[in-house]
Amino acid sequence: MKDMLVQVEPLIPALRRYARALVRDRSAADDLVQDCLERAVSRWHQRRDGSVRAWLFTILHNLAVTQFRQTTARGRHMRIDDAGEQELVSAAAQEHRVIYQDVLNKLAKLPEEQRAVLLLVAVEDLSYADAAAVLNIPVGTVMSRLSRARERLLQEMDGVAPENVVALRSMK
Amino acid sequence: MSRRPIAEDDLHAYVDQALEPERRAEVASYLADHVDVAERVAAFAAQREQLRDALASITDEPLPAALNLSRIIESRKRRPSRVWAAIAALLLLGLGGLGGWTMRSLLPDRSSGLSALAQEAAYSYGVYAPDRVRPVEIRASDSAELTQWVSNRLKQPVKVPDLAVSGYRLMGGRLIATSHGPAAMFMYDDDHGNRLVVLTRPMSNPDQATPMLPQSTGDVAGFAWADRGMGYTLVGQLPADTLKPIANEIRKQAGPI
Repeated sequence: MKDMLVQVEPLIPALRRYARALVRDRSAADDLVQDCLERAVSRWHQRRDGSVRAWLFTILHNLAVTQFRQTTARGRHMRIDDAGEQELVSAAAQEHRVIYQDVLNKLAKLPEEQRAVLLLVAVEDLSYADAAAVLNIPVGTVMSRLSRARERLLQEMDGVAPENVVALRSMK
Repeated sequence: MSRRPIAEDDLHAYVDQALEPERRAEVASYLADHVDVAERVAAFAAQREQLRDALASITDEPLPAALNLSRIIESRKRRPSRVWAAIAALLLLGLGGLGGWTMRSLLPDRSSGLSALAQEAAYSYGVYAPDRVRPVEIRASDSAELTQWVSNRLKQPVKVPDLAVSGYRLMGGRLIATSHGPAAMFMYDDDHGNRLVVLTRPMSNPDQATPMLPQSTGDVAGFAWADRGMGYTLVGQLPADTLKPIANEIRKQAGPI
């Protein structure tokens, strides 16, 4: 349990960040992280070799997806545009607030699967292989979702029409 | 040396700084020649920075107490330990049985006393109270059958105490094995999920009657007493001053039939 504390504790802030960026509600996100940590504690000895970081993000992501499904099944919508803006950005960097809120609002408009890839790779610094493991998809799918997520977010931000985008061929 | 063509994946890996230095240099030189692609890559990079900046403050927030990992580990440890403590206690009981046989002339005979009864109740509590599936063998809905069964096995008329006045409902009961033969265990719960165990069996001395004495085994505590050769005990994980009036109620009800 000691090595668990040493390995897991430093990752909690990043888990909170990922959860909050996904669900955009501070207490709902922290509840997810708490569930994630409880599971991590009880399954610590079952984890396979490899990145503890990827393992924790996998648990957290699966919990978030389950919650999304339940929420959708109940016909309720996650608060996206109106909620959590105060919470997402703290008092720091007031002059950047508007830009921050703008990018986060636009991020929230992405399909959940694209948002997850973009957050894991661009914010949480997971390798493409680790992101693929977390999402349980092939690396090629990570790349195509990442590309679509970035493209779409760019369009949202610039109001650029898709046909004006110069894209390179995807090469295997 | 043939250069691999630059693909979409390379551009993203360039933005995410995931390329080997050699490949990175190749992409950089490609971008130098393709201004339109370079603009797009620069936009991706800017977007990446904006996202990171927008979310950065979350990691600086103090952690809420609910996410304190040491605390989560502690509360996790406490849960299964009750069962393990009970198992360990049962093992020790086995060892103690062996040791006790050789020591019995040297030590006061604890095993026939109230403390033995209270220990049996505590072990039963440790094993059955955390059980969410089948804490009791016969449910309260069949309490007549339960009463009949345990009375037959104990060869004594047994009354199942009614603890409604104390806010506890009968969940049901079962027989448990003790070194003194079968004992009847009854389990109760309240609206908060607190569970109590009442254990009764004949004492080795058929006339034994004792005052009510506080007992504790690990984190399970309660009271035990004997009346007309029958031993009774009430145990739970509640403070003594909460359990005492309930024990008094049981003693009152267990009076002569």
